[in-house]
Amino acid sequence: MIYIFDGSLPGLLTAVFEWFERKPGKVVLKSIEMFQPEAFAESFTVITDAAKADRVWTGLQKKLTKASLRKFYCSYLSEIPEAYNHLFQFSVYIFKHAAGADSNYGNEHVMALAKYAKSVEREKHRMEAFIRFQKTGDGLFYASIDPDFNVLPIISSHFKNRYADQQWVIYDLKRKYGLHYNLETVSEITIGFAEGINKQKPAPGLMDENEALYATLWKDYFKSANIVARKNTKLHVQHVPKRYWKYLTEKIDV
Amino acid sequence: MSDRIREKLNILADAAKYDVSCSSSGGTRKNDNKGLGNSHVSGICHTYTEDGRCVSLLKILLTNHCIYDCLFCVSRKSNDIKRAAFTVDEVVDLTMNFYRRNYIEGLFLSSGIFKNADFTMERLLLVVKKLRLEQNYNGYIHLKTIPGASDELIKEAGLYADRMSINLEMPTEAGLKLLAPEKNHADVIKPLDFVQKQITQFSADKKLIKHIPKFVPAGQSTQMVIGATPESDKDIMYTANAFYRNFSLKRVYYSGYVPISNDSRMPVLGTQPPLLRENRLYQTDWLMRFYGFKVQEILNDANPNLDVDIDPKLSWAIRNMQHFPVDINQADYRMILRIPGIGVMSAQKIVQARKFGKLRIDQLKKIGIAYNKAKHFIICADSPYQLKDYQGTQIKAFILAESKSKYLKTDNNQMLLF
Ligand code: SF4
Repeated sequence: MIYIFDGSLPGLLTAVFEWFERKPGKVVLKSIEMFQPEAFAESFTVITDAAKADRVWTGLQKKLTKASLRKFYCSYLSEIPEAYNHLFQFSVYIFKHAAGADSNYGNEHVMALAKYAKSVEREKHRMEAFIRFQKTGDGLFYASIDPDFNVLPIISSHFKNRYADQQWVIYDLKRKYGLHYNLETVSEITIGFAEGINKQKPAPGLMDENEALYATLWKDYFKSANIVARKNTKLHVQHVPKRYWKYLTEKIDV
Repeated sequence: MSDRIREKLNILADAAKYDVSCSSSGGTRKNDNKGLGNSHVSGICHTYTEDGRCVSLLKILLTNHCIYDCLFCVSRKSNDIKRAAFTVDEVVDLTMNFYRRNYIEGLFLSSGIFKNADFTMERLLLVVKKLRLEQNYNGYIHLKTIPGASDELIKEAGLYADRMSINLEMPTEAGLKLLAPEKNHADVIKPLDFVQKQITQFSADKKLIKHIPKFVPAGQSTQMVIGATPESDKDIMYTANAFYRNFSLKRVYYSGYVPISNDSRMPVLGTQPPLLRENRLYQTDWLMRFYGFKVQEILNDANPNLDVDIDPKLSWAIRNMQHFPVDINQADYRMILRIPGIGVMSAQKIVQARKFGKLRIDQLKKIGIAYNKAKHFIICADSPYQLKDYQGTQIKAFILAESKSKYLKTDNNQMLLF
């Protein structure tokens, strides 16, 4: 039996609800995007229902530690097709067992969630480290990213707490939405970019007059801090995988 | 204007880079005045240098003018190099602008000693006060204590800095005397002790009065240069251990000496810095701080130096085979931590997971232990039946044969190993 859901978190939670309603035996959960009809497998399309989803979420909150709940959410943000099924099986497993089952690392779904969450948390941490703001002409600090996973929801509070006295935008180019902090609150936005604009590095004319100077000083600093006698490129690349270099002011040639 | 500031930054960052401390951890400062910045519990590395070291702080000297002549230091008086000095405002400006762009976690400010200790310390104090009071800056600040500065200045600086440190420089007094005749460990111990007492005092007061300011909330650290003088690993780690204990230090850093001088008392220019040795010392440091080892178990008169070819945890296990094999499903957490190939995270997972049933090999692998290394030291639910007991030396040979290149070429100082 295949359950098909719309890819949203409430959708996934509704699927768990439906399973307990119907008890159809073994089920695999797939998102509609990934679903290809198979000749012999029966399928059931889950209709997302906020009230049902809420009940499942409240149930999970009761049964899981805070850390496990976080792993659950992060696994969802991974957007990895197999992760959805693991989340589904994990929920079923949790509701069938007494509280505490989420620390059974011998269970494949518990372990799978731990792994997904680890990758997502790593990506979150990398974004918090590698995002580079550029100050625009009107004083806004702008950064664009294209992270492997959908991490904007979990980096928001970090940037809000830290950069409380400056307006900023972090834009996910891959998922085409971003966060804007207006000195009070953070809201989700989309940007209509003008034709031909460099979304990564807008033209100098659009930027604050000192932006180029500070970028240069930072590059200089990065060079000075290096100790040639200790050069270790392998380790360097291990810490800063090449796909992140495009973010880094210190790695981009002017 | 921009050329001059670039030149200054190049000179004063270059001179500061040999101080290895990059940590911005342990800070607790919150951004509760809607200013700029806060501390991240474990600190963030915003980038890595090409030698693989974490860059999280803007690490600079206020000036590299110095009245002293310590042989191991690039800023020493007799060294023929370009000198420069930042103004207080320049440092404040750089810090704020780098921080706003998410380049850094904060500022690491040190200085050569110009005129005298108090004169220098006053300037450093001015920088941190401006940042905190005028700019509402709540990012991390690591301030070097200038040896010989007066208690009042140190005490005031402690109200604004997150961490303070003062370098031991050489692991033993004799080593220090050899290379910096004007210095002694007592000059380092005095301010360390003073700051430690203040921290204790402040936290005692905090229990009585609510709104007491924080004093050096991220604690103190120190650094030793290794490989410049002939101390053994035992000398180094016993000193580290004593300083951890006596001054509740948060970190001791071990900096492999990078040759910068032609003096005959020092390793010659062009000598490779002892990176592997540095790595082994950091591993030992971790074993002491997070794995419950006593320094005497790892280094003692019979074993005054760490093995080069294997890490100190494996080395201890091989010398103490009477404790192994350890039963994964029975043993104390403390003992599980001591198994080579099992780190803190895996040990915690094991203790959690085994409540649900006896663990098997495939589960241990999934939990993330280095099974090929650990297998010689454990039994679990489905361990293969072992016909004979291997000697420690045989096990070492097996492990080395399996992962030779890895063991001979580890030269990072960010611990990823066990
Ligand atoms: S006092 Fe400090 S800056 Fe001056 S030479 Fe000695 S170590 Fe270098």
